[in-house]
This record gives sequence, structure tokens and C-alpha cells, in this order.
Amino acid sequence: MKYGYFPGCSLRGTGRAYEASLLPVFRHLGIQLDELEDWNCCGATAYMSIDETSACVLASRNLALAEKAGHAQLLAPCSACYLVLNKAKHYFHEYPAMTVQVKRALQRGGLAYSGNTPVRHPLDVLIHDVGLEAIRQKVVHPLKGLRVACYYGCQIVRPYATFDDACEPTTMDQLMEALGATVVRWPLKTKCCGGSLTGTIPEAGLRLVYILCKEALKRGANVIATVCPLCQFNLDAYHHDIRRRWEDVRIPTVYFTQLMGVAFGLRPVDLGLQRGFVPFQMPASPPDEPAVAGKPVVAPPTR
Amino acid sequence: MATHCEEIRIGFYVCHCGHNIAAMVDCEAVARYARKLPGVVVSRDYRYMCSDPGQELIRQDVREHRLNRIVVAACSPLLHEHTFRTATERAGLNPFHCQMVNIREHNSWVATRKQDATRKAKSLAQAAIHRVRFHKALQVQRVSIRPEVLVVGGGIAGIHAALTLANAGKKVFLVEREATIGGHMAKFDKTFPTLDCSACILTPKMSAVRSHPNITLWTLAEVTQVEGFIGNYRVKVRRSPRYVLEDACVGCLECIDACVYRSPKFPDAFNEGLGKRKPIYIPFPQATPKVVLIDPATCLNLKTGKCKQTCLEACGERQAIQFNQQERLEEIEVGTIIVATGFKTFDPRRQPLYGYGTYPNVYTSLEIERLVNASGPTGGEVVARDGRKPRAIGIIHCVGSRDRKTNVWCSRVCCMYSLKLAHLLKEHSEAEVYNFYIDIRAPGKGYEEFYNKLLDDGVHFIRGRVGEVTDWAMTPEEEGRLVIRVEDTLAGCVRRIPVDMVVLATGLEPQPDAQAVRRLFNMSCGGDGWFLERHPKLAPVNTFADGVYLAGCCQGPKDIPDTVAQAGAAAAEVLSLIDKGYVEQEPNTAYVRDEDCSGCKSCIPLCPYNAITFAEDRQKATINETLCKGCGTCVASCPSGSIVQRLFEDDEVFAEIEGMLAYDA
Amino acid sequence: MTPEHWSPRIVAFFCNWCTYTAADLAGVSRMRYAPNVRVIRLMCSGRVDPQFVLDALARGADGVLIGGCHPGDCHYAEGNYKMLRRFQLLKRVLRGLGIEEQRVRLEWISAAEGEKVKAVINEMTEQIRVLGMLGMPRRFEEWDSEMHQLEGAVRQAESTLIPPLDDEEEPETLHA
Repeated sequence: MKYGYFPGCSLRGTGRAYEASLLPVFRHLGIQLDELEDWNCCGATAYMSIDETSACVLASRNLALAEKAGHAQLLAPCSACYLVLNKAKHYFHEYPAMTVQVKRALQRGGLAYSGNTPVRHPLDVLIHDVGLEAIRQKVVHPLKGLRVACYYGCQIVRPYATFDDACEPTTMDQLMEALGATVVRWPLKTKCCGGSLTGTIPEAGLRLVYILCKEALKRGANVIATVCPLCQFNLDAYHHDIRRRWEDVRIPTVYFTQLMGVAFGLRPVDLGLQRGFVPFQMPASPPDEPAVAGKPVVAPPTR
Repeated sequence: MATHCEEIRIGFYVCHCGHNIAAMVDCEAVARYARKLPGVVVSRDYRYMCSDPGQELIRQDVREHRLNRIVVAACSPLLHEHTFRTATERAGLNPFHCQMVNIREHNSWVATRKQDATRKAKSLAQAAIHRVRFHKALQVQRVSIRPEVLVVGGGIAGIHAALTLANAGKKVFLVEREATIGGHMAKFDKTFPTLDCSACILTPKMSAVRSHPNITLWTLAEVTQVEGFIGNYRVKVRRSPRYVLEDACVGCLECIDACVYRSPKFPDAFNEGLGKRKPIYIPFPQATPKVVLIDPATCLNLKTGKCKQTCLEACGERQAIQFNQQERLEEIEVGTIIVATGFKTFDPRRQPLYGYGTYPNVYTSLEIERLVNASGPTGGEVVARDGRKPRAIGIIHCVGSRDRKTNVWCSRVCCMYSLKLAHLLKEHSEAEVYNFYIDIRAPGKGYEEFYNKLLDDGVHFIRGRVGEVTDWAMTPEEEGRLVIRVEDTLAGCVRRIPVDMVVLATGLEPQPDAQAVRRLFNMSCGGDGWFLERHPKLAPVNTFADGVYLAGCCQGPKDIPDTVAQAGAAAAEVLSLIDKGYVEQEPNTAYVRDEDCSGCKSCIPLCPYNAITFAEDRQKATINETLCKGCGTCVASCPSGSIVQRLFEDDEVFAEIEGMLAYDA
Repeated sequence: MTPEHWSPRIVAFFCNWCTYTAADLAGVSRMRYAPNVRVIRLMCSGRVDPQFVLDALARGADGVLIGGCHPGDCHYAEGNYKMLRRFQLLKRVLRGLGIEEQRVRLEWISAAEGEKVKAVINEMTEQIRVLGMLGMPRRFEEWDSEMHQLEGAVRQAESTLIPPLDDEEEPETLHA
């Protein structure tokens, strides 16, 4: 299995732990990722909301590069990249006027885009290309006793629910169960993490984070698994503020790929697990005993 | 080709149909064109050909111009062929010397440019004018109608139709799949908008069915095969064992008390699983027939053969319980059939965002009907599944209706029954009741008034489609409750309404086996899966199968008054057929021209009705025209061209092809 | 019609119980579609004699559309199956005649599928517009005149090479 790989800026910044775990896990599963040469910013949500055409040109350059390099499919792990690249591709087919401008701009850079390269998400690849059975076979340390709240966030299911249900996605749930973890019923799996509001209007943004964590703890989760660098950051980084405003709802938030790495027996330090503010470690309690609600498995604070 | 000695004199008429045709077809130009075609003596355009003066025009022309063929270019022959054949007959001609041209449904209503539509009309007219020359004088065949009627489905529609027919002295077979008649209506607590007790108005009709000398009632029975045609249907009915003799059981219910299961243990379907029953049970106190039944899936004796059979003891001398009862196959002959197989409610598990099946306190409307019913599982007390009495209740409208993801149609009854349930829930509890609606649809007698009454009673109405029913709490007040998240489109904001009980106003859907049933009766289904009526306005209870009629929700969602009205209409159609005693059949049967038949026998296995036999003495095929239904399959397959189908003779079809392509060739 | 003003002419044979009713429904629903199809109503697609199809093509139709009930739904139990069987054979004949496959089409359209009537007619009209005029009547003329020329040529050759035979025998020689 071979995919073109578009890391995007987050995976080289706040989301380093995502890449740190994604690469070894995919390698372990025998999947080859070839990084797209000379990739550029996807434009993220900000550019799209200001100038859709320019944003599409920017994003389409990556798609054109992928075609030129002969990548049959492009893997975009970051939710924002995944959405923006998909949106650029959709718009390319839906808005002829915009298509003309995108083509013209690419042409000036000596590029061309046909609108065909599929943009894939790692969850999609893992469930539909690799398959749960192959993943199950690689598990050496089943995640017994781990009660996971699977957090999909907004961007991989809205507006395009490409590989999972928009309201009730289950691919990560299936994956976590295949790793031996217990998935808690947590109806907030696609709710907002606050996005950039945690920085701009903390009262609004942090309330959303607080509710996500509070509800996860209430349902007995001891870890939140996420697919998105921004979600991970928001849920992990503001517990100090949240405790000041409401109450302590500390719970580790990790990338699903990190949990895969743990289950595959890779070393935590090779999975970027040391990067979390709220440290994660596997529960020591016997596997059948569910963790007590409100008492997450958290190591003593390091700060 | 034409072997007629008579001179062909054709009258051609183009109908404007007001603007329906004339707006898109230049009718005068079509008439002018037709006037020049061979055989056409008169060619006219007229505003409404189907009107009395229009038909009179034909009569006058026949008289004055000695016409012997009539061609009318108007609407679909499926609508008015009969009208113009009758007009032709009244003018003194054989009715089958008339041919219709469909320039409305197939032309003016689907065209975008007048010149295209006019060309198409001319070409279709020419086809008919060339064809009509070959028309033969034909005699209609009469088929007698057996007076017995089969009614399928014992809900309120089937009950009303059966009683109407039986009261008129007709013999009725009423076949019901469940153990009792009554259908959905028997489960309802009250009916809107008058709040009559549903049981009080239904059960007298149910017992009337049971005691009526003209009605044979079979419950736990299903139609398995239908053969034959209008007037003479042969129907097979499979009757599943009840394990209790209907004639011997007096409905004392002592066997139920005596059952080895001390307490009821199995989900009770009549109470939507909210209550429990024993393996031997009666669906509800007024079940008709009032006879117990044994569920073979849960009865210890039927499952394992190891049981003390205390029920037999309790029954005693009556010996009504028969563990060895077998399935029976009945064969009946009827002349007409009324299909009243009803509907099923939408399964809200298909819409996980409403939380049905996830949160125990989310209910369907049918469950609430049972919950507020005095003879329901809680004796009419509004207690949620978790044992709590709700402080606030949310009723969500349009669940599985008006939704592109599920069903696009409006289920017509949900608004009104939601209002009714809001009223009943308020009556039976202290709770605040919220209705979440898209539009309130209250188009019926007294319906809007009922809505107004509820507004005055302090029921809350929030206009907006609910996004989610969930249990995550934003505030301490919401902890431990259900939260309905909705965009209030009148207030212009997103709201969270905490409640303790949610009622889903589930829509109506075709029965899961509707496709199999329609095949059984040779009917059609619409794209939405409801049985298709022959004409939405003018033949709303007829189907495309002659002698088969529709009543109730199997044709589409409707409330009880409409269902009863439709059942009455279906019964009236049946009565008019029976009292006339016969139907006239289209004379489109096939016959063999002996002189051309080579005796190859290739037609014989093609006939689905076994109407073709081989006369060994003459070494020729012969067609029994009373068995022939006029499909024409044998005609198309005859290698020697010796089979002729009346009304669709080869010459007629070839002339139609030729005429159609002669224009603008 | 002159080739410049040509527009496809399609003859359709529709079953009374399904496709004809569906076409009525398309009308009642005011669906707009291409004006190129002219419908002949038959009681069942089983009545469609392959000769109808060939005759329509021979008389200048550019395509023929046959509409019947979906498998299992035939008003007469199985007339549509009989048509399907015949249709398979007819396609081989058409192939032999060099007539493109898309020109003769069999579709199952139920009484409820007005939308499908519209879609099929629009699609088929477009396909045939791309294929162009079939023009069988003109081809027949050409073939007839070729035959005439050939006949003349043969006659001439015979008159020079072989001494003329009795008048009655001549046609037999020609057709041998």
C-alpha cells in the first residue's frame, strides 16, 4: 500500500505528536507514505473564509503537485488539511467559474490539475484499505482497561461525510475496540472543540472544552482519542484555565495513532506521548474493573 | 392491404382542452393538416371535445357526412377513450371504429416549444388516421361478477368496507394477519380532534364484524395466492394455527391465569412492548374474536413438549386448547377484492440523532398511546421507563416524514395526533409539554380549532426541526435529563430545552411486504412504495388490476375519517359491480387464422393463461377466448403470422408506424 | 426531411400498464423532455413483434424504444420476459445489419416512474443525435439502384458472351 503524504503545518508544529506516531504506526502496518515534494500551506479555515478562490488556488497547488508526482491518492492526516483539500476538489467540480481561475493560476506556475486525486484520511485508510483484521493481528499489548472517548471533531464529518456517518461516526470506535480498548458512549464525538475561540474569546471557547472533558469523565472515560491537531491542543492545553473558571476536568487527550502505537508495542517516547500536557499512561488497574467515573487515570501533574 | 369494400370516411377532431393543449399545440394547424390526409372527410378543432357539445359535434358530423371512422386527438386514452367510444356508439357507429391520439400527457404537457409540439401532434394524428382505416367492428364481451368479496386487512378500513358490503347482503371474507382485527386504531387512546375514546367507537364495529352472518372472519390468516380476473378470482388463504378452537373458546381467560408462567414474562406487542404477556394470551380485552391464542415461540409445551399443561385443566370440558392444531389452507372464490393492508410506523432507530433505543425515556407516539391508555401497561399513569414522573415532555414532529434522508412525504396525521397526545399528556401528568414542529398541518374539520385550544391550554410550540436529543449537560439544571437541541426559527436562536421524556411523532410508511402484496394482487406501487391508485383524482380507490380496490393507509397516509370514507367508496365500487352483475371486457383477445397456422405449437407454452390448445384433428392451434387476457405475446411470436389480436392487429400497428413516420419524412 | 434540419425520430412501443402510464404521469407532472419520441400503445411489451421494430427503422425511424414492466411485475405474468428473449435475438439481427446497438433500446419503466421516462427519452435522443440519421429509406433507394445497375451490367455481359436463351429461363439464371 502506497500513498502520497501531505503533512501540513500542524504536524510540524503543535501536532508533532501526531506525525511522530502516524509514521511509525503506518510503517509497522507496511504502508508506504511518500511525502509530497514542495508542498505548501493548505490555507486552513481562515483563508477559505476570506477569499474562496485564492484559497482554492493555494490548496489546489498541492493537488496538482500530487498528480504531477504520480501519487494515486493523497493522505492528509490533519482535519483542516483534509477538509480544505477536499473542499478545493469539490469546488473544482461544482463551480465552473472558479475552476477556470484555478486552472489559469496553476498554469502560470506550470502546473495542471484534473480534479481526480482522492484525498484520504488515515482513519479511512485504516478501516477501509488496511482493515480491522490486519490491525488486530498487529496488537501485542491490547488496551485492556482503557476507556476511550472517541473524538472526531467537526472537520472530517462536516460538510463532507466522505467515509463515515456525519452525525454518528464509528470508524474510530471500531478501531479502538480492535485495539482492545472499551469505547464509552459519549454523544459529543463531533461537537466543537472551540476552534480558535479558545484564544480569542476564551469564555466561549473554553466552556466547550470544559463540557467535552466533563462529559467524558462523567461517562467513565480515562482518555480522549482525537484525529485533529487543533482539537488535541484545545482539549489538552487549557486545563489550568478551566479549573480556575469551573472545575478540574483533567483527562489526557491523545491522537488515535498514539494509542495504536501503544497497542502495537512501540515505545511511548517514539510515539510522542511525552508531548502531552496531561500525561497519558496505561491504566494499571485489572482490565475488567471499569475506572471510577470522575477519576481519570492521570499521572501526578508535572508542573 | 385494406380489404374493406366500404369507403373509409374519417372524422378528425383536435381538442384544445382549454389551454392545456392549445397553449402548446397549434390545434388549427393540426386540423388543417389532417384535412388533407386520405380518407379524412371532416377535420375540426374544438375547445373541449369531452364536453356534451363536443360529443354532439361527432354525432352531427357522422349524420351529415356519413362518417364511419372517428379519430380524436386529446388527452390520454386511459382517461377518455371510453368517453369517445361511447360518443362514437351513440352516433350510430361501432364504438371500436374510434381511435384516440394522446397529444396532452404525451405532448403538450411535456413539450417546451410550440413548433415541436405541433409537429409531434401532426405526426401522431397521421398515425391514428392511417390506423383507424383498419379498425374492425367489435363486440364487447361480458364477464359475470361473483357476488362474494374478499377484504384483506382488518383495520378500520377493512372493517368498515366489510360491514358496508355485508349490510348490503353480500358475502364477505375478511382476512387478517394478526390474532385480532382492529389494526392500529385499536391501539389508540383517543381520536383527534373530538377526543372520542378510540375503543368506544371501534369495538362495536369489531363485534358487529364477528357476529355478522354475511362475514367470514379469518384471523392469523394471510392471502398466499390470487388467480383469475375480475369477477372470478380464486384465492388461497393460509391460516396459521392459534392452538385454540375459535368455536369452543368462550373467552373466559381462565387458561391464562392457569398458565405455568405465574406472571407475564414476554413483551406484549399490543402494548408496543411496554407491558408483558404470557405464552397463552389475548391481545387486549376487546380483541375480536375474543379467543385466546398460544404463541408457539414462547409456550413451554409447544417448544419443549415438557409442561404440566395447566391451561388444559383450566379449560376443562370445553377442550378448546389444541396443541396439535396445524396450518390450514383455504380456497375461496370471489368476484372482487378490497385491499386494506394499512401501514407501519417509521422506525426511529433509523434516525439515531433522536436517541430512540439509546435513551430509555425516548418514546414513539404509539408507545405513548398505550402509556396514556387506561387499560395500558401503567393504567394510564405517565411514568417513564426509568420510573420517574416527567416534569417536562418534548414532542418532536415529522420523525421520518418531510425529510430527504428518510421519507419525503408528509404523513398527514402526525401534527394532529401530536396535538392530541400533548393534550392527553397534560391531562395525565403535571408536565410542561413542548411541541417541536416544522409547520402545523391542521386541514380538517375542527382541526385548526383544536390547535387553537391547545395554544390556549398552555402547550408550548417551538417552530424548528430538532437537531439532536442528547444527555450531555451544559448547565447543572440539565444534568441527568434529556436535552432537545433545536433552532427556534421564530425566535431566531438555537435553544436547548431540558425534558424528562421525549415523544417521537413517527411518520407512516408502507408495510415492509408491500411489494410482495402488490405482486400478489397484480397492483402497482408508487415510487414511495404506497399502492398506486388508478387515477389520483377520478379513480382513487381503483387499481390497475380490474376488480381490486384500495382502502385506507395502504394507498397513502390518511386519518380515520378519510380512511372510513375511502373504505366506503371502495365498498360502493364493489357493490355497483356486483349489482350490475357483469363487466364489459376490452375485446382485445387473440384468435388463430386456421388457413395460416402451420401447427408448429410454438405459441402454446408462451401463454400464461393456458388459453392456447392444439387441435390434434386439424393439427392447428386454437385460442380459448374466454381465457385469453389480450397481452398479444403469442401474436408477436407466431412464425407464420397466423394469430391476430383484436384492436392490435398487425395491419393496425404497421399503419400506425407508417403514418407516424410519413409526416415530416 | 433534409439532413440539415434533421432531428432524431424515435418510435416507441409502450406497455399499457406501466410505461404508457408512466409517460402519462410524466405529462401530469409537467416534466419537460425531448419531443422526438412518438408512442404506440400496446397492451404488453410481449406484443412487440421484432418486425414492428424493423419496419419502423425501414420507414425512417432513427431509433426504437420499447418500454415494459419491471421483471416480475408484468400485468400478464411474463410477457416482458418473452420480449426480453426476443430482444436478445433482435439485437443480433441488428448487429448483422450494421445498425448501432444504442438505436434500439428496451427499458423497464413502472407506472410510477415518470422521471425515468423523461430521463430515458432525453438520454436516448441525445445518443441518437450523436449517432446521426439512420436513413434506411435512402439506403434502400441506393441499394435498389445498385441492384438495377448490377442487373443491367449482368444483362449486358450475358448478351455479349452467351447466346440469348428462351425468355422464360432468363430470370432463373439471374437469381441462381
